[in-house]
Amino acid sequence: MTEIATPLWEVFIRNRSGLPHKHCGSVHAADATMALQAARDVYTRRGESVSLWVVPSSAIIASDPVDRDVLFEPTGSKIYRHPTFYDVPDEVGHM
Amino acid sequence: MYTQALNADESQRDQTLPAPDAAKLARFQAVIDAEDKIEPNDWMPDAYRRTLQRQISQHAHSEIIGMQPEGNWLTRAPSLKRKATLLAKIQDEAGHGLYLYSAAETLGLSREAYCDQLLSGKAKYSSIFNYPTLTWADMGAIGWLVDGAAIMNQIPLCRCSYGPYARAMIRICKEESFHQRQGYEIMVTLAHGTPAQKAMAQDALDRFWWPVLMMFGPSDKDSMHSADSTKWKIKRFSNDELRQKFIDATIPQGRYLGLTFPDPDLTFNDATGHWEHGVIDWSEFKRVLAGDGPCNRQRLKARQTAEAEGAWVRDAARAYAAKRSQRQATSQVAAE
Amino acid sequence: MPRVIADADLFEFTLALADDALVLGHRLSEWSGRGPSLEEDIALSNLGLDLVGQARLFYTYAGELDGNGRDEDDLAYFRNADGYRNLLIVELEPGDFALTIVRQFLYAAFLHPYFAALCRSTDARLAAIAAKAVKEMAYHLRHSSEWLIRLGDGTPESHRRAVEALDLLWGYTGEMFEPTTAEQRVVAAGIAPDRTQIRQPWTTTVDAVLAEATLQRPAQRGMQSGGRHGRHTEGLDRMLAEMQVLARQHPGAKW
Repeated sequence: MTEIATPLWEVFIRNRSGLPHKHCGSVHAADATMALQAARDVYTRRGESVSLWVVPSSAIIASDPVDRDVLFEPTGSKIYRHPTFYDVPDEVGHM
Repeated sequence: MYTQALNADESQRDQTLPAPDAAKLARFQAVIDAEDKIEPNDWMPDAYRRTLQRQISQHAHSEIIGMQPEGNWLTRAPSLKRKATLLAKIQDEAGHGLYLYSAAETLGLSREAYCDQLLSGKAKYSSIFNYPTLTWADMGAIGWLVDGAAIMNQIPLCRCSYGPYARAMIRICKEESFHQRQGYEIMVTLAHGTPAQKAMAQDALDRFWWPVLMMFGPSDKDSMHSADSTKWKIKRFSNDELRQKFIDATIPQGRYLGLTFPDPDLTFNDATGHWEHGVIDWSEFKRVLAGDGPCNRQRLKARQTAEAEGAWVRDAARAYAAKRSQRQATSQVAAE
Repeated sequence: MPRVIADADLFEFTLALADDALVLGHRLSEWSGRGPSLEEDIALSNLGLDLVGQARLFYTYAGELDGNGRDEDDLAYFRNADGYRNLLIVELEPGDFALTIVRQFLYAAFLHPYFAALCRSTDARLAAIAAKAVKEMAYHLRHSSEWLIRLGDGTPESHRRAVEALDLLWGYTGEMFEPTTAEQRVVAAGIAPDRTQIRQPWTTTVDAVLAEATLQRPAQRGMQSGGRHGRHTEGLDRMLAEMQVLARQHPGAKW
């Protein structure tokens, strides 16, 4: 018999101050306090963290991979958003 | 650590499923061929999903069951340094099992469901953990040989086509870099220790050598259906290739210890530059995998007991969480 | 005003702290592979690793004070139960998860403020060990408090188990506040904090967490003690027999 599932939480770690939090995995925990505690015990055993976030996995709204072309491809042609699109005379130097 | 070539039943794929959309399949394969990753929400063929569910969860089960042979000596570790490192190593194995269950959960089954498969005896795990640990030297042999064999398997998995599995493996390989070294250090200490310690080290090598070679799975000529796994870039080297790499790396390490490998046919082939081993007793492998190894029943029983004894604790945590959110809801209503 | 202290007293004092840490660390290590969830298995190992680490630091220092060339392993593996100086509360057999959590809570609620005070020791070595250990014990206290609240206020079964564990362990809490005569001299010399002074902050913490856990503080009653004098409960000798067996089968061997 499968036991009632304990909720799943996504874990994000900040490795050093100044860096963004980065997804590193998940833990099971009944509530937010326990999730944070579990994340600390599971994902920071080698001193890799200065800050932790836990987020209920069910709270994450993800884009649909099917929409990838619709959502992300149009920006590929907007090359004028990139600095290399523009010519600056060599004499002017770095800009 | 401890993945094993347990891909034997890819053939059991349900042939009655509707043929997947050819265009989707082509796009899927193109992503893999380009060495890009498949992510959880991406479309994937059912067979790919099932192969990964099985392989990742078996890998996770192996980590969890793999805690037991070493746990057997944890409370008898002969020095405080060894006690601390062994506790940390076994804890890493729990962590690695957890990372792998996390990766497997992205494929649509819960950890509880995977654990059920293990506890009911339906799921397999690496055959090596069904062998007993009879002396302290087995802690050395497990780290040196079992972790060494596992690393051969795991490094290529860091490039596996399924993103969550590859990421878990990268983290695991990084954390495990100390495991094999600590095992070998135990072997060096014993091999250079008292005559009794040296005999202990030799005995551990004698008992573990052949089962470790079996960890890589059946010989390529008898191995069924790894074609899909290869095509999907889940498996990048064959069982025999990995076994060969392991043997070539390990023999010189054993010689340095002054220990003898329990294989009279072990010879170095000058022409190929590889070590050649004697005949592996595959009937033993099959017996252990089928459930009749020295410790299969004990290992499963221990896991079942731990799960059963923890049930009231997990219930309590859930009950408290429910009460707490109830209270928060009530006080919110009261405040409004 | 600091007074000169005999090395023997300081040795005795340091050894007792080491024994406390090792015995409890060992008890926690017995959970490895048996935790109620993977997450908690890992957490209990973390607690055990903290304590074994503290034990090693205290033993190493004790060995230096002893001056007979004994290292951490000589002290841990080659003394019998009657030579161990740990508090009885840390040696009791782990029982169920409730007993483990309640013990960890009652003990950490003591040790955290105690180590905070030991950080101010005039003995630089002890102060340094305490500075490291105090942060670890702060986490032990937080971790065990959160669990105790969930066990106490969880299900009827978890509540019952928490009550039973609290009832059993309560009788061993008095010993935490009893200094030995050697320790009193170490306290007088300004090296050790006065453990009797920890009772008040301990009581405050315990009352607050028990209230949140919907648990009652057990009634005042007679307390068990004797660990600091080598008179232990039935379980310690068995625990040490297992822990020391291999080291003693091969005296003089290196591992």
